[in-house]
Amino acid sequence: MTRIELVRRPQHSALFSVLSPFIAVLITALIGGIMFAMLGKSPIGGLYAYFIEPLTEVWSIHELIIKATPLILIAVGLSVCFLSNNWNIGAEGQFIMGAIAGSVMPVLYPGITGPMVLPLMLVMGMAGGAAWATIPAFLKARFGTNEILSSLMLVYVAELFLDWLVRGPWRNPEGFNFPETRSFHADAILPEMLSASGRAHYGFVFAILAALIVWFMLSRTLKGYEIRVLGESPRAGRFAGFSAKRMVFFAFIVSGALAGLAGIIEVSGAIGQLRPAISPGYGFTAIIVAFLGRLNPLGIVAAGLILALSYLGGEAAQISLGVSDKVANVFQGVLLFSVLACDTLIRYRIRIVRPQPAATPEPAR
Amino acid sequence: MHKAHVAAYAHLSAQPIDRGTMTASASEKTGPTPLLLVEGITKRFGDLIANDAVDFDILAGEIHALLGENGAGKSTLVKMLFGSLKPDGGRIVWNGEPVSIPNPSAARHLGIGMVFQHFSLFDSLTVAENIALSLEDDVPLPTVADEAGRLGEVYGLTLNPEALAGDLSVGERQRVEIIRCLLQEPSLIILDEPTSVLTPQEAERLFETLDKLKAEGKSILYISHKLDEVKRLCDRATVLRHGKVVAQCDPRTETAKSLAAMMVGEEVQAVRRTHDAPAGDDSGRDIVLGVHNLDQPPIGPFSTPLRAIHMNVYAGEVFGIAGVAGNGQSELFEALSGEQLQDNPNAVTIGGTPAGRLGPNGRRRLGAAFAPEERFGHAAVATMPLTENILLSRHASDASAYQSGGRLGMLRRSALGRTLSRVVDAMDVRKSGENPDAGTLSGGNLQKLILGREFDRRPRLFIVNQPTWGVDAGAAARIRQALMDAATAGAGALVISQDLDELLEMCDRIAVIHDGEMSEPLDARTVTREQLGLLMGGAEPEKHHGVAA
Repeated sequence: MTRIELVRRPQHSALFSVLSPFIAVLITALIGGIMFAMLGKSPIGGLYAYFIEPLTEVWSIHELIIKATPLILIAVGLSVCFLSNNWNIGAEGQFIMGAIAGSVMPVLYPGITGPMVLPLMLVMGMAGGAAWATIPAFLKARFGTNEILSSLMLVYVAELFLDWLVRGPWRNPEGFNFPETRSFHADAILPEMLSASGRAHYGFVFAILAALIVWFMLSRTLKGYEIRVLGESPRAGRFAGFSAKRMVFFAFIVSGALAGLAGIIEVSGAIGQLRPAISPGYGFTAIIVAFLGRLNPLGIVAAGLILALSYLGGEAAQISLGVSDKVANVFQGVLLFSVLACDTLIRYRIRIVRPQPAATPEPAR
Repeated sequence: MHKAHVAAYAHLSAQPIDRGTMTASASEKTGPTPLLLVEGITKRFGDLIANDAVDFDILAGEIHALLGENGAGKSTLVKMLFGSLKPDGGRIVWNGEPVSIPNPSAARHLGIGMVFQHFSLFDSLTVAENIALSLEDDVPLPTVADEAGRLGEVYGLTLNPEALAGDLSVGERQRVEIIRCLLQEPSLIILDEPTSVLTPQEAERLFETLDKLKAEGKSILYISHKLDEVKRLCDRATVLRHGKVVAQCDPRTETAKSLAAMMVGEEVQAVRRTHDAPAGDDSGRDIVLGVHNLDQPPIGPFSTPLRAIHMNVYAGEVFGIAGVAGNGQSELFEALSGEQLQDNPNAVTIGGTPAGRLGPNGRRRLGAAFAPEERFGHAAVATMPLTENILLSRHASDASAYQSGGRLGMLRRSALGRTLSRVVDAMDVRKSGENPDAGTLSGGNLQKLILGREFDRRPRLFIVNQPTWGVDAGAAARIRQALMDAATAGAGALVISQDLDELLEMCDRIAVIHDGEMSEPLDARTVTREQLGLLMGGAEPEKHHGVAA
């Protein structure tokens, strides 16, 4: 019987390191086309509505940037975590806690206005996300707890905490009992970049800055070297005199702070108040972004735009094709699978083995 | 229990095995069909030809040696025989029939068994359970235990089937592997570097077992780089170099030197003893490493505790620590390198300065240099380029050379590149490309780089664990010479090794570590292998402890 074998390459393939994300996107489009066909829609039309149509209008590109901003910010932080072998799956929770902490000023002290409000909100957002991320970091460093589970479970705690806040103590007194806080005053709103053509806000600038700074740190400084060494081999890191425990805190705090910043930017720039649901799963989608960008902050900027497109396409297809908005989640899942699968090609090559006539002394089964 | 072992060893070493009758019977069997015939077998990995048209044969009832440096293609060849790799060309003939061996299971069905260099036992399972796991059929556990016990009796492989694998000594673990292999009733047994972890006495015991197997007409393919062993044990030898068969010979008529020359392709230079530290008289010499009453509880479930370790390493001396693997060597290394800290700062002093509370970089700044046993994942990171591997041990001790921008800590890659070419030139590191990943280097070349990056600093104390483990003869000689030259130049060197020949060649004094305790140092010029072997087996210090036998 013909079978397919994976043969280990003697060296990493530089070609496939570059090609793998593109192949993954291609496979995703292919599977997406099949899915549309099975839903009874035209595959070409479906893919067009998903991936091309949102790019044809300027306001839509603004929306793309709004959606890409939190994805990039979170994924850049996650790249530090994942490179150092810390599996922070709870960025969604850090995003929410950042949004809550950053909203303290406009919600509880709406009387305080002025140019210092917004910077203070951003700093408090980062602090909130970082503090939430410190919990799994502490549990891992002190007790050896699995950070995947603890960080993930804290997402649900954060979601319920937000839900309780906006239905309870932080509910807008003049809001007709709707579960939401009061709208932020003008000084607490992140301004739009080009308000004439769309609502994209300055959060995107923060995302790009964060990507550049983290890229510099990872590729040019001793700290980045420390992150990579500890991620590749904790024992070699210890031999180099690096502390794996301190790295746990560093990685979680950096990624928590960036997720928290994304949270307050989303609330202050795109929503303008706190609601029970402020994220369509940015914290989880950012995991896909981080891997699609090959854990390289510059690659993450591109990957963030692609994943933002899948959100936007999902909304567009819901309207124009009448398919469920869950299709967007399917796309994201398929993309993550494809990315991880295609990464195999970097270390292995595929060989197709045909049956051999030689007498094999294997007994009959 | 332990004393009984030692007595058995002493008995064995006192009676060298008579080999005359065996060899006679083997040569008579030189018949028309060899048990295994390999013709023109070839294996390529990309551009590298690991095996280039290799021919050789094994007769029934012979012990055949496969000799070669690291990277000569021995493992590749054996993997093809055992079905873990598929040859690109050539054929394998078994008992006169051409066969293809697609997987290890097929190899076992043919009658080829293998005992690996690195044992694959589950520490938390018993001996019998470990053996049962490797059997393809469902055999009830008591049957396995009985059968293992019977085989053990026949071949002198004493084992308690109820003992936990984690409690066994390395020699005992090897016995489990051999029994596991024998249960498959193989007619050819492949042994990969079997004595690399054994005491001389344990090795002697293994040889006796191998002789019994041979007398029964079983064939053995014996892979080793220890030429003395090959000379006394093997009937024929096939020598591989760069993937080709360069010689086939009767090792008993060769000298160790001529065998080494075949392996390396040139005369191996004997290490020159460039210095002789005065023994006994320690006055006036600087203590570069002082260890005082170093105690360390076990770090993990299978780690050895260190007990009251005491030693002084003087400037200009090579101090050796012998011992069988797993007796606390790596724990001692990590305690000295600062990967494990001590409670008492004075437990470890470097150049007279208390260092017990300092991490690896603090100790490096005092002039110490370290080279651990594991190259990948401890001394080096396989997926990182060589320059970044040089940075691994030197980013703090040479911070001004490799970092700029103050607290920003920007890396100076050009300076790293210059250091790399210095190290490569000084130690003759062979690599492909300018700055390849460490994982692409062979073991010997990587070890030269790992030690070279330390020599480049001119430290005054070297602490090395297994400096030439798995390293080819040429590179090993170079590494030993460099360490001895450093001692001549006034540095102190602590060499932890399981290779007695290496220690006897290099060291001024040798101590033995056994079960986390260290013996008094002995003068390397007068100590005998038997003395060291007894200490390695635990004859001293007088102590009883529960090790399942």
